[in-house]
Amino acid sequence: MDIVHFADVLWLARWPILKGIGVTLSISLLAICCGTLLGVGVGLALTYARAPLRWIVRGYTDFIRGTPVLVLVLASYYVLGTIGLDLGPFQAGILALAVFCSSHVGEIVRGALQSIPKGQTEAAKAIGLTFPQTFAYVLGPQALRQVLPAWVNTSAEMVKASTLLSIIGVAELLLRTQELISRTFMSLEFYFFAGFLYFVINYAIERFGRYVERKMAVPS
Amino acid sequence: MPDNLLEIRNLHKSYGEVEVLKGVDCSMKQGDVVSIIGSSGSGKTTMLRCINMLEEFQGGSISIDGQEIGYEMAGGQRRRKKEKEIARQRALTGMAFQQFNLFPHMSAVHNVMLGLVKVKKLDRDEARTIALKWLDRVGLLARADHFPGQLSGGQQQRVAIARAIAMNPRLMLFDEVTSALDPELVNEVLQVIKTLAQDGMSMLLVTHEMRFAYEVSNRVIFMNQGLIGEEGNPRDMFHKPQSERLAEFLKTSGFS
Repeated sequence: MDIVHFADVLWLARWPILKGIGVTLSISLLAICCGTLLGVGVGLALTYARAPLRWIVRGYTDFIRGTPVLVLVLASYYVLGTIGLDLGPFQAGILALAVFCSSHVGEIVRGALQSIPKGQTEAAKAIGLTFPQTFAYVLGPQALRQVLPAWVNTSAEMVKASTLLSIIGVAELLLRTQELISRTFMSLEFYFFAGFLYFVINYAIERFGRYVERKMAVPS
Repeated sequence: MPDNLLEIRNLHKSYGEVEVLKGVDCSMKQGDVVSIIGSSGSGKTTMLRCINMLEEFQGGSISIDGQEIGYEMAGGQRRRKKEKEIARQRALTGMAFQQFNLFPHMSAVHNVMLGLVKVKKLDRDEARTIALKWLDRVGLLARADHFPGQLSGGQQQRVAIARAIAMNPRLMLFDEVTSALDPELVNEVLQVIKTLAQDGMSMLLVTHEMRFAYEVSNRVIFMNQGLIGEEGNPRDMFHKPQSERLAEFLKTSGFS
């Protein structure tokens, strides 16, 4: 019985797999958090900054978005070392993913802010709100609702992109899976199982996103 | 205290090469209800928007209660005031917009409360009491917890008026507040404005409702090509227009 046999092997391999899931989740979480923080800054700069700064940030996002994530990962691990910034594979990987994430979040935030009608800012000004207040109470909350679906999507992309860190030797779920395959030669079963785990993680993210969206929906 | 609530002197405003206001002079006393009429492109909305600095202007001055709005002279140079000071000055006036511009993510009462809490720094209970009082005045107390998306255009505009007036402005600016409304909703909004006028609120209205301008205002300004073409009391303006332009405008806008 193949299934029973695989279940046995899987049980024996439970610790490496769980560790792999743990690393994948930490990479994704850190990359999403750092990338989102940075990305909100990028989005604000793209929308509101004055010319020289805005051009620089524009260049940054265009360059990063036009570069494959794998290249970013390799560059941050191998190239940064040559200029004296010696990062371990884990840190280098998170840096690359966070930078990648920030360029996407930046564009999402810019799009959301620019889609808010000008009348909203004018109405806020007219009652005497300063710009920071206008942003905090009028523009921000509206942008947040718009950003959410695209942000959930980006988060799921980050989980998938975390597999690329296996190339530089971060023992995340995919690398752990490959190690198990080289020991057991059960490639089909283990790849399938890993695929299933990624699906579960991303499905959970998507459900959570839907839930928050529903919670924040404006009655109409 | 200076005589005039609002004093506009030699107001110039251009968008790039195009000059939209070519030296407007205008003043208002406390309690005045002034309607600005004129064809589109004559500069009436622009003038209104200059008064609360939603538009920059390049020349002339605007003052409210003797306080210069938006710009100051420093070392012989005309300079834009600090953002914070401009925000404070904007609260001297209230504005209602053609498109209502309610904040869609807040209920009616929270729309009205926002400025009271964040600008006037009232505590939330006090702000809520004032907000509900004004929603009651515009006939929408029962809708206080509704969101803008759940209200009709006329109701949204009444909430927007309550939001502006709850801030207790010195002067209310109305920018074509009925132009985006279905015909059957126009009256409820005009009725609200009329009661405010009767309460002695000073207001400046840009409007296409000639009949309403005639009834509600004690002075009418006719703007034409970036200048004040004619002004006077509504009776004279509508029945005995001095200029050909105004006569023609009244004819085409269906006032008889």
